[in-house]
Amino acid sequence: METLFHAAPFTGYVYPNETVVPWTVLIAIYPYLTGLVAGAFTMSSLYQVFGMQRFKPVAHFAMLTSLCCMLIVPLPLLLHLGQPTRALNPMITPHVTSAFAVFGYAAGFYVVLLLLENWFVFRPHIVAQAQQRTGPLGWFYRILTLGSYDLSEKAMRYDKKWIFALAIIGIPGAHGLHGYVGFVFGSLKSREWWSSDLMPPIFLFSAIISGVALLIVLYAISCRLRKIPVDLDCMKGMAYTLWGFMLFALLLEAVEFASLVYRGREGIEVILEYVRGPLIIPFWTVQIGICSIIPVSWLTFMIWKGTKGNALIAGTVVSALLVLAGVLMMRWNVVIGGQEIAKTGKGLLTYHMPFFERESAVTAAVLLIAPFVLLSAAVRLLPPWNDSEAHP
Amino acid sequence: MEHKTEDLEGIGRRHFLRLFGGALGGGGIALAATALLPEAAAVADKPEIPGYDWNQHRWSFGVDATKCIGCLRCVEACKVENNVPKDPHHFRTWVERYVTLEGDEKTHIDSQHDPVNIEAAGADGKYRFANRYKDAKVDKAFFVPKLCNHCTHPACVQVCPVGATYKTEDGAVLIDHTMCIGCQYCVQACPYGARFFNEEIQATDKCTWCYHRITKGLNPACVEVCPVSARVFGDRNDKQSPISIFLRNNRVSVLRPESGNAPNVFYVGIDKEVS
Repeated sequence: METLFHAAPFTGYVYPNETVVPWTVLIAIYPYLTGLVAGAFTMSSLYQVFGMQRFKPVAHFAMLTSLCCMLIVPLPLLLHLGQPTRALNPMITPHVTSAFAVFGYAAGFYVVLLLLENWFVFRPHIVAQAQQRTGPLGWFYRILTLGSYDLSEKAMRYDKKWIFALAIIGIPGAHGLHGYVGFVFGSLKSREWWSSDLMPPIFLFSAIISGVALLIVLYAISCRLRKIPVDLDCMKGMAYTLWGFMLFALLLEAVEFASLVYRGREGIEVILEYVRGPLIIPFWTVQIGICSIIPVSWLTFMIWKGTKGNALIAGTVVSALLVLAGVLMMRWNVVIGGQEIAKTGKGLLTYHMPFFERESAVTAAVLLIAPFVLLSAAVRLLPPWNDSEAHP
Repeated sequence: MEHKTEDLEGIGRRHFLRLFGGALGGGGIALAATALLPEAAAVADKPEIPGYDWNQHRWSFGVDATKCIGCLRCVEACKVENNVPKDPHHFRTWVERYVTLEGDEKTHIDSQHDPVNIEAAGADGKYRFANRYKDAKVDKAFFVPKLCNHCTHPACVQVCPVGATYKTEDGAVLIDHTMCIGCQYCVQACPYGARFFNEEIQATDKCTWCYHRITKGLNPACVEVCPVSARVFGDRNDKQSPISIFLRNNRVSVLRPESGNAPNVFYVGIDKEVS
């Protein structure tokens, strides 16, 4: 039988009820996934809204990636709930003062927006397939057409207007959704580690860099799989985007940490003890050292030197992989870290992640892989490739 | 002819989108309307207790820490009365021990969940403070009973996404376990560590001031069993109730006033490090 709870070991004084850590690894996964959604959407809007042509090869792919991640976002929350059958209650009977009550609406709205935008973008392909294919796949595409087979110039112009409008709404939508996830943590006054006005922008910028990094990696992999050369202009653009947003993200985190220490409110001794002790590996070494300073330095070096060709691709992809790991570590250090510092301000707890349970390492791993399983199916059904090589 | 069909389909699609937009807009208005409901519903849906009107009472709790002897009968009574999981990690009420040793400025704090105290207790459901300072020179020592503060501005009620936890008219903060979704946002929001997730019922749990007892004119279980009257309870609307007298005769403080939660558990005799 699964143990009902795990008591966390502690030092100093912590409240008795704090010894069962309320939010587990799944709640660290949740903002990570919403971050990927927002970041990938940012990438697609750079082309759809801001008209940056160099991002054309990844624009539609980015949207599909965003959708696949978004479909998984509710799962870590659902698996965390004590009463999963009441999961929809925050939408049916919302308690308006709760920062969390809006989540269902915000997420629901955003899923609809992503579905609509993807539908408009892939409509020509859907219609073509619906007319050509027979059998179950034919039925699948015919259902996806929603009865609309019109691909005339007029209809396409009309579609384009919608794509543009949805992308514009999507920018505040995606970023609002993720900034709001930061607010869920930042608005709690009970934990000094979370309670910060900078939490929403920190979450937002880290989200953007994780999404851009994800697209860099996925785009490189997809080119390898499709046996086509990587569009260097696009790759370089993404490297620049990642680099630029990273500078903001790091600056914000530094400012937040500095003001936390500088304010030095009640409990700061324990926070510093935590920062100097348990955080040496997950925060200083992994998140800041390996996953932030190395990629940002490498990207700076490549931009400065004007690196080209395979060196640019390799450097950007490795930096992006590090950033992806770093943002995951950041989510962990915020969500788990915040709970390891006791509310008493006089003690520290140690969260142990179970390996195989409802809320465990295995569940987290499955949830992190799931969007990409979806995505690998989605790109086969709705090819998002815009590059000329893909359509000989 | 073909042109006409295309046009019709174009109109069909536009119609569909317009309908869709309309549905979204309608949903938005419905949302705005329902947004106003839960607050009203929480009050309208008050518990039906024969012979009890929650508008007639204003409950409060007092703790005289100078009297507490750390016997932990209150903790044991609470566990039995309220069916609280018997392990030393889930408490509706607990007692903290503050000890300063001679020549040591640091205050040593422990409670029932400390491994040394767990061992001294010997079994789940029993709680003891181990005699861990018997060979030390104690400069100062005192006990502080803790429980839910039933705040006037409860952060836990603010964050509950479904309104499962609510403030009653008579001053208690209660949880409707049939509504709780078990997200534990309230557990995070409480600065006092008063809430816990009850795995046996898969919902959040906490002190209710024994609401089932006080609405029948009885004292909370912890108050009832306290051998030294360190715990005081009563109705502030009644000027002669124990709590009214306690508040009148003492200069009291609350825990973490800076949180803005405005607690309704009032303390006498706590030291600066108690929070």
